Amino acid sequence: MSVAAAAFIVAGLFFFFVGVIGILRLPDFFTRLHAAGKCDSLAAELVIIGVALYVLRDFNLGNLLVSLKILMIALFIFVASPTATHALTKAALFAGVEPWQKGKKKS
Amino acid sequence: MMERFFIFAATFLLLLILLTLIRVVGGPTVLDRILGGSVVGSKATVLLLFIGILYDDLGMFVDIALAYAMLNFIATLAAAKFFLRKRNVNLSEFE
Repeated sequence: MSVAAAAFIVAGLFFFFVGVIGILRLPDFFTRLHAAGKCDSLAAELVIIGVALYVLRDFNLGNLLVSLKILMIALFIFVASPTATHALTKAALFAGVEPWQKGKKKS
Repeated sequence: MMERFFIFAATFLLLLILLTLIRVVGGPTVLDRILGGSVVGSKATVLLLFIGILYDDLGMFVDIALAYAMLNFIATLAAAKFFLRKRNVNLSEFE
């Protein structure tokens, strides 16, 4: 059980790393938002599921309750993170942030 | 063994938070800062779970992490809603 948990956590940390590279390197706000959305939902989900598996390594009722609560965090992030990303995109679009195009200067 | 693994994971996550702070400080628009704050918040939620495992008291830290995730979500939504009607988001226009 704890090997599976470690595998989930390492995969999640890898996706966090990729997301941070995307946030630092991509050329405009919308592409950065794309990277951040991946980083938020996918990586956080993987790490949280890994932690929930790690809690269940010795099984009793208290640990099951804690594990279910951790899965509640995962469910909440799964709903909330795309909503936040969508709200930010809408704000950027209405505020007139220009999307990056291929020939233009990098901002 | 697992203890050391979680210490390494938490340190790596802290390093990623520091790298994200570069975008929070120097982003060209205000929305970049909100985005960086949101990402730091979601990383901090995960970090709180790691701290709970390291202190062997996960039942308490889970509630803190859940409250932190909710606060982060509300803060991001409120900031996005505020700048939806502000019209100027470039940092250079504020100076």
